[in-house]
Amino acid sequence: MAYSKQVIDHYENPRNVGSFDKGDSHVGTGVVGAPACGDVMKLQIKVGANDIIEEAKFKTFGCGSAIASSSVATEWLKGKSIQEATQIKNTDIVEHLSLPPVKIHCSVLAEDAIRAAIQDYQKNNADAS
Amino acid sequence: MGHPLPIQKTGDVAYFDYQATTPCDPRVVEKMYPYFYEVFGNPHSRSHIYGWESEAAVEKARKQIGESLGANPKDIVFTSGATESNNMLIKGVAHFYKSNKNHLITTNIEHKCVLESFRDLAGQGFDVTYLPVDDKGLVNLQALREAITDKTCLVSVIAAHNEIGVVQPLAEIGEICRENGVFFHTDAAQALGRIPLDVDRMKIDLMSLSSHKVYGPKGIGAAFVRRKPRVRLKALLHGGDQERGMRSGTLPTPLCVGFGEAAEIAVSEMAQETTRIKSLWDYLYTRLTAELPDVYLNGDKDQRIFNNFNMSFAYVEGESLLMGMKDFAISSGSACTSSSLEPSYVLRALGVGEDMAHTSLRISFGRFTTHDDVKILADKLVSEVKRLRDMSPLWEMAQDGVDLSQVNWAAH
Repeated sequence: MAYSKQVIDHYENPRNVGSFDKGDSHVGTGVVGAPACGDVMKLQIKVGANDIIEEAKFKTFGCGSAIASSSVATEWLKGKSIQEATQIKNTDIVEHLSLPPVKIHCSVLAEDAIRAAIQDYQKNNADAS
Repeated sequence: MGHPLPIQKTGDVAYFDYQATTPCDPRVVEKMYPYFYEVFGNPHSRSHIYGWESEAAVEKARKQIGESLGANPKDIVFTSGATESNNMLIKGVAHFYKSNKNHLITTNIEHKCVLESFRDLAGQGFDVTYLPVDDKGLVNLQALREAITDKTCLVSVIAAHNEIGVVQPLAEIGEICRENGVFFHTDAAQALGRIPLDVDRMKIDLMSLSSHKVYGPKGIGAAFVRRKPRVRLKALLHGGDQERGMRSGTLPTPLCVGFGEAAEIAVSEMAQETTRIKSLWDYLYTRLTAELPDVYLNGDKDQRIFNNFNMSFAYVEGESLLMGMKDFAISSGSACTSSSLEPSYVLRALGVGEDMAHTSLRISFGRFTTHDDVKILADKLVSEVKRLRDMSPLWEMAQDGVDLSQVNWAAH
């Protein structure tokens, strides 16, 4: 399978690989996928004042397209408000990375991971207040 | 030994997929040349010298192939390759004997062309038993004995495996089949030139062979069909009754000549080449297991052909690893790079979990692989697995002591 230039770039130079402390109340963590399906993404956001996402990090078990999808997602999340982050669509990722049909599920997973991280952040902060 | 020719590389990509196919050995190509132009007659033309010369070349090749198996050359039938041989033998024998015996036995790790042939027969009303294998990929002989009934016509077991390299106990299987009056077929496409084959000692009645797996040309293979005691089959191709009526069609003389030469070279150099290949295998296995935790060999460690190396690299997805290994032509152990996202049915048959099956690669060595090639491969594999593990949430969880089997994953 031939990969797009963008996928290769993110695979070879993934942005924002790493982890935040899950227990930090500013952090939201989303883990989606399953090892048996060949894809697991962990995506974390660190939220500052005015619900702005200051940082995002990921770790992904999956093919090059899955790694690239989550890498792109973390780049796009930085600087966005929570509200803006929920607007990121898997189709934007498909377009940006030129993913073939067989790899669309990678972008869906990245969108799921963003939503799961936001939900986790909101849940943590609802509990705290 | 060793012909350090540049043919093993395309660009800067080192070839490690010898089980998919092998390059034609230059010594083989040389022998084939005259039969494209100078000696071009139809080997079945009986009335003139053109035909006689081609026929002599084909018969020499048949003898070379027969001798490489300990078989009478008259028992060798040329085909287009192992897929055709497997189809022809399995379906042909099943149909010939179906009025008395309609039970067939095979294993659940056979090559697709064998499994699909049996599936086709099952659809036509034949009773097919698929024997399971153990976690090393070996057939249980007791299970085989118990599966045989008075209706059993044929047992088909792959000799050396294309994906996991396991070599089955052929002589023992042959003995059980002969005792029970059942024909024994083996798909030996990956076995020729890699393990000693002797159809009499192993009591093999039918065998499928491929030329391009042994440094011969593509587009030709052979079937061994025993005449003493005689095995009969219903032909798939009808026509001029060539090849004892089993496989009509004009034989491709240059390809026959190439296959014959390739088989002879492979067997005559086997002892020396096996030692060399095993040292490459041992080197790779030692390095990877010493430098990487949580790596698992698929297939038995000893009962194997050593040009095959199939390993699971836990916590690293196979396709992403292949992408990192872009300077090496290797194959995904899982079928993830094809349109299907299902992991390998062979690894599943060994009891390898789906999660682990997604982390597997198949590497295969051959005649033109050098120790330096394997060293460079090992260096890169170790560094890529480490890089991808640093990126893997599963590796991180495992290092934190999380039992991944207890996590409630959201399947998608």
